[in-house]
Amino acid sequence: MKRETIINLVLAALLLAVPFIAQAMGQTFTITLATRIAILALAATGLNIALGLGGLVSFGHAAFFGVGGYVAGILSAHAFSGEPMVLGFEGTRQMLIVWLVAITAAGLLGLLIGVISLRTSGVYFIMITLAFAQMVYYFAISWPAYGGEDGLSIAVRNQFPGVNSMRPLNFFLICYGVLIVGLVLSALIKASRFGAALQAVRQNEVRVASIGISPMPIRLTAFVISAMLTAVAGALFADLNRFVSPSMLSWHMSGELIVLIILGGTGRLMGPVAGAALYVILEYLLGGLTERWQFFLGLILLGTVLFARGGVIGLLAGKVRHG
Amino acid sequence: MADPILSIRDLHKSFGALKATDGVSIDLYPGEIHALIGPNGAGKSTLIHQICGTLRQNSGKISLVGRDISHLPVAERARLGLGRTFQISSLAGEFSALRNVMLAVQAGQGSSFRFFKPVMQDASLRDEAMAKLERVGLGGRADVPASELSHGEKRQLEIAIALALNVKAFLLDEPMAGMGPEGSKVLTGFLHSLRQEAPILLVEHDMDAVFALADRISVLVYGRVIASGTVAEIRNDPAVRQAYLGDHA
Repeated sequence: MKRETIINLVLAALLLAVPFIAQAMGQTFTITLATRIAILALAATGLNIALGLGGLVSFGHAAFFGVGGYVAGILSAHAFSGEPMVLGFEGTRQMLIVWLVAITAAGLLGLLIGVISLRTSGVYFIMITLAFAQMVYYFAISWPAYGGEDGLSIAVRNQFPGVNSMRPLNFFLICYGVLIVGLVLSALIKASRFGAALQAVRQNEVRVASIGISPMPIRLTAFVISAMLTAVAGALFADLNRFVSPSMLSWHMSGELIVLIILGGTGRLMGPVAGAALYVILEYLLGGLTERWQFFLGLILLGTVLFARGGVIGLLAGKVRHG
Repeated sequence: MADPILSIRDLHKSFGALKATDGVSIDLYPGEIHALIGPNGAGKSTLIHQICGTLRQNSGKISLVGRDISHLPVAERARLGLGRTFQISSLAGEFSALRNVMLAVQAGQGSSFRFFKPVMQDASLRDEAMAKLERVGLGGRADVPASELSHGEKRQLEIAIALALNVKAFLLDEPMAGMGPEGSKVLTGFLHSLRQEAPILLVEHDMDAVFALADRISVLVYGRVIASGTVAEIRNDPAVRQAYLGDHA
């Protein structure tokens, strides 16, 4: 077995074990932390498809994360109030349906943003994705129907068939399961023909076109898949906090996702998991000491970029070797 | 004579007042190697860019197997069978030589939208790619990342990639560049056999190779074809001697 595979399995096992131990010790808060890690890791796994494999530095993935969150919040709010939405649809409290709607909404939004943004590259791409996300952000703030600036509460967490999702450990397992599905999908995509083309487009766009593969459809597809995965994470995040607000859509969130990936290892399968774990643990430990914990995060990020380009996974598993 | 595979008709391209391509017409017939030579700044690169689609001509027409490709994007031209090799850049430098060729086989099969089957377990890609690598003499270097290949090996890889596509016409951009005398000789022999698969438009500085390989030569100076003919005709053309070969003689 390759070293990276072993490290990946160990990481996955650790993340699964911690909440069980915490449950046994009665540390409910630790379960919440682990759930946060799983959700952020899922969001970053989505972004990693665009950023890591495709080299598309999207600074607007908060838009998809937030749209996922708002889908969860809005559908559940309607289900509670009984007030019908468009076409007489009365909302839902079923996670599976929420996810499906979130995937569809984010996919369409990703298609729209992607079609326009992917005409540019480099800094312009970063700026235009940021601009689109900010548009969605200000739209959410100024739309009073769903809380506007104050956000929207979810009275009772959405339901998953056969599971009491209100119990922290159960909800963690749901999030963990979705994360694993996301990781498997991402690994499959990376190894597939599509993944090969996507990674080649990142390395040399002109050259890939000259063998007859058009870069634009490849990139757009990757961007849309990436948006969809991140949106599911957003829906789970809203369910975790039982609250969704415009802050999920803000550029801080987009930046946080990029930071997670860089910390964990860009383009590495478990990079987002390692990055999210590091981020949440730092936030918890340093955040307990000082309000300005992000200063230290900045130092760590600086160190990573200067001395450990491969992030945590890169440090543990060494450089990438493509087959 | 048969119909040309690649036909360039009265191509014009200007950058401001500079006429980089000034009424160029070139035909590439089945089975031939047509060399394009010219001093630096003659407009060879600009012409190649227009043929493969990275630059758009101001006027004129380019057709491939009778089909007008003048306004098609790069990838579309490649799918129709224009096989271009590059001087310096690799397809995917991080990938192994084998994966580079596999990507080309995949492009040739026209199927990049498959999301679940791992490529490394796809025998139809692997075997064909390996065969192409062996044909250009890179079989032993299949697992080396493309960026770590020597300059000469990168040229060989470029040709393996071109072989993996369903090429109707090769457009080889200085395939001899950076090759030692020995490598040059081997490659010359190889190109000689390659013309059986598809005709070659060869842009090359190495005059020995050009004279050894080419069936016909076109000489480009200041964006114009000043002479076109067989090797013997070009050698004895006074205008060519003065404009170009004179520097060497």
